[in-house]
Amino acid sequence: MNMLRSQRARTVLTLGLLSGAFILFIGAVGMIAAFQEREVVDDVFSLGQLLLVLAPFATGYIASDRLRESEAEAQVMIIGGVAVGLLTALPTVILLLFNSAEYRFLLDLTLKLVPFVVATIYAVRLHRIGSDQRLIIGSWLAIVVLVGIVTFSFALIFEIKGDLRTVLPNISRDWVDVVTFDHRNELMTGIFTLLLVSAGAGAAGSIMVLAPPIPRKALLYGLGVTLIVGAFGETVRLILQENVDRDTLKLIFRRDTLRQNPALLLFIVSTISGFLWAKFGQQARLGFSNLEPSRRRAVNGVGMLVFAGIMLMLPWLIGRTLSDVAVTIGIFVLMGLGLNIAIGLAGLLDLGYVTNYAVGAYILAVLTSIGPLGRLDGVFTFWMVIPVALLAAMCAGFVFAVPVLRMRGDYLAIATLGFGEIIGKLAISDWLKPLIGGAQGVQAIPKPIFLGIELKNPEELYYIVLVASLVTLFVSIRLNNSRTGRQWMAIREDEDVATAMGIDTSRAKLLAFTLSAATGGVAGAIFAAKVGTVFPNSFTVFISINVLSLIIVGGIASNPGIVVGAVVLIGLPELLREFSDFRFLMYGALLVIMMIKRPQGFVPSKLVSHEIRTGVKAKMAAAD
Amino acid sequence: MALLEVNDIHTYYGNIHALKGVSFEVDSGEIIALIGANGAGKTTTLRTISGLMDPREGSVFYDGEDISLSRADTLVSKGISMVPEGRGVFAKLTVEENLDMGAYTRRDGGIKDDLESSYELFPRLGERKKQVAGTLSGGEQQMLAIARALMAKPRLLLLDEPSMGLAPVLVDGVFDTVERIASEGVTILLVEQNAHMALQIADRGYVLQSGEVAIADTAANLRQNETVQRTYLGID
Repeated sequence: MNMLRSQRARTVLTLGLLSGAFILFIGAVGMIAAFQEREVVDDVFSLGQLLLVLAPFATGYIASDRLRESEAEAQVMIIGGVAVGLLTALPTVILLLFNSAEYRFLLDLTLKLVPFVVATIYAVRLHRIGSDQRLIIGSWLAIVVLVGIVTFSFALIFEIKGDLRTVLPNISRDWVDVVTFDHRNELMTGIFTLLLVSAGAGAAGSIMVLAPPIPRKALLYGLGVTLIVGAFGETVRLILQENVDRDTLKLIFRRDTLRQNPALLLFIVSTISGFLWAKFGQQARLGFSNLEPSRRRAVNGVGMLVFAGIMLMLPWLIGRTLSDVAVTIGIFVLMGLGLNIAIGLAGLLDLGYVTNYAVGAYILAVLTSIGPLGRLDGVFTFWMVIPVALLAAMCAGFVFAVPVLRMRGDYLAIATLGFGEIIGKLAISDWLKPLIGGAQGVQAIPKPIFLGIELKNPEELYYIVLVASLVTLFVSIRLNNSRTGRQWMAIREDEDVATAMGIDTSRAKLLAFTLSAATGGVAGAIFAAKVGTVFPNSFTVFISINVLSLIIVGGIASNPGIVVGAVVLIGLPELLREFSDFRFLMYGALLVIMMIKRPQGFVPSKLVSHEIRTGVKAKMAAAD
Repeated sequence: MALLEVNDIHTYYGNIHALKGVSFEVDSGEIIALIGANGAGKTTTLRTISGLMDPREGSVFYDGEDISLSRADTLVSKGISMVPEGRGVFAKLTVEENLDMGAYTRRDGGIKDDLESSYELFPRLGERKKQVAGTLSGGEQQMLAIARALMAKPRLLLLDEPSMGLAPVLVDGVFDTVERIASEGVTILLVEQNAHMALQIADRGYVLQSGEVAIADTAANLRQNETVQRTYLGID
């Protein structure tokens, strides 16, 4: 019984402190204050506060779920949820106290006590393992002095500056406002509110676990829909703007924020539809799979037609701003599909993919520009140069592949990383300045003209990206099911055995690099035409990393996964502007979480998910 | 003239002198066993013949042609096929795709028929043709590796430790299969630690010791040879 109790306590403690550390961390890096800018529901709460509530809610849910596994009673689970909520708030509360003038002495006290506590803990440990008396006293003194130097200097800094912000610049007034729920001046009320909200959210999480599945699903669905619509208020408004008249829009939104009543209505409607789906969804799916194959095909066909229609109409449904985002996403889908040939199929970790993108962009820029650097004055049009850009990128892919053919794994990755950097340096160099403009880049790139219409807006450019993506998708599906594709997979799994099958691995790798480069060139050319100017600082290693991350997050070797990955990693940061400062922090966190929780990606390819599930090792002993 | 003629080959791993002048020959239609202890150079010999490694000295003649420095992938279309040690099936490809990879160098129309005859030879593979190879049992994977090598229509089949990691019951099955393949006219060079089984089906055998051929004789004589009995067959 005692064992069980201590095990449960440990679960609650670990999870609570973990989410507490999380809240403290995102506050300290400035995310909470930045997210405060965005109201989710008008005058009710903002994205920053949503994070404060969502963390204890989610942790309370997880903790209660674990408690239920140890067959805890309902009240134990709710107490656990409350405890998790309080623990989540605890680190933030401590920091609040440290930050206020009144309770500053607590910080001083803590900083002064820390060396003694650390030294004593260590001394007790030494004593337990039966160390020599002199050693214990000596190390106690040494630790007090060493740790003391650090903490006393901190204490001194705070004393002189009188402010935590010298060390933690993001622990600002804005942050205090958010975490105290606007009780900056009555600190105790603020702390009390925070603890109450946090504990309530934790308890709510536990209650979710206790609730029967259907209402739970319905409620989570309703909450999720409302919060997502609220958080992406600006995006939703932009979409509605295209289809709804201004007065109706004003009823729903105050500037970019969802008003209270529409939010409530949305919550009710989505909860009811969630309820219906939870209750009858299973039946509907069952009914569908019981249909005759021909009927099923028909239903699928209609679904596909609707989807194709939406894709075709998309720019007119979502408006200019979002079409621009869609074009950017499309450019990255193109690159993702290309890079996937090297990484997903042939297993060649290419970290220099930006090379192909840059080559495509510069080729288009130099050949079509009507500015001073374009000496060909409109002789070449966008359409004539696209194939040139494609071929040029393939040449670049080929040339850079030759020296690295014999490299494998990490060495290959490092070499390609280097090539990517070389391209960036070349683009900005004085040597090539007469040709491609150095740091000033190439300007005055005309927009594509199609049948006499200038495709100057993102709504029109969208179709170029769409067609290019579809062509690439088609080629890549065909490759996947061909001998060429299987030859690459064979190399990925075991180069020696592949050779023993009669596969010329050098040729196959060259082909993979070359084909993979092609779409990068097209993507670069479209990018150049879209922006109208090309600068060297557009072509950094971050392009390569973005493309690689979207493949990993979406699902390696999975074509739909790449599209999803591009939407998540490229689209979301464009839509959540406040997000953009924290883009790489989020990328890192997302990649780590994905690797732990879902290594096969959002939309895994069948083969990869199978491999991960069964733990099949691709490598088998090849030689003694 | 012998189908395969290995003349005094020396092969190195970096500075390590692995093969110190190995010579032997394989006639058309024979089953030849290379036996020896761990590290004697059996696998290295196979890798050198198949082109995965190059000899620093000496030569390998196949069908009268010097193939010492030929690359492995070019030898497959000449009729040398290898079943690598540890089976080396492509774990993520299906059985059928694995077999198709075996016929990679072929451009003729007979691949479909050969797939069918593989499934006749190995009915288990026929039942599992759409299954991913990594999910097959060890014995089935060995069968697949052999079937895949046969898809290239080889004249010479190099088998590296086909019994490794298999249950004794399955080992019998594998050696039966090897005999059956040989009876259809495929020449076989077999590397095996399980000398007992290897010498039962082989016509002739070579005993390798620290990178050199120590004994060369017919399989029947080798089975009676005192040194071989003591060292490799575990008979006192």
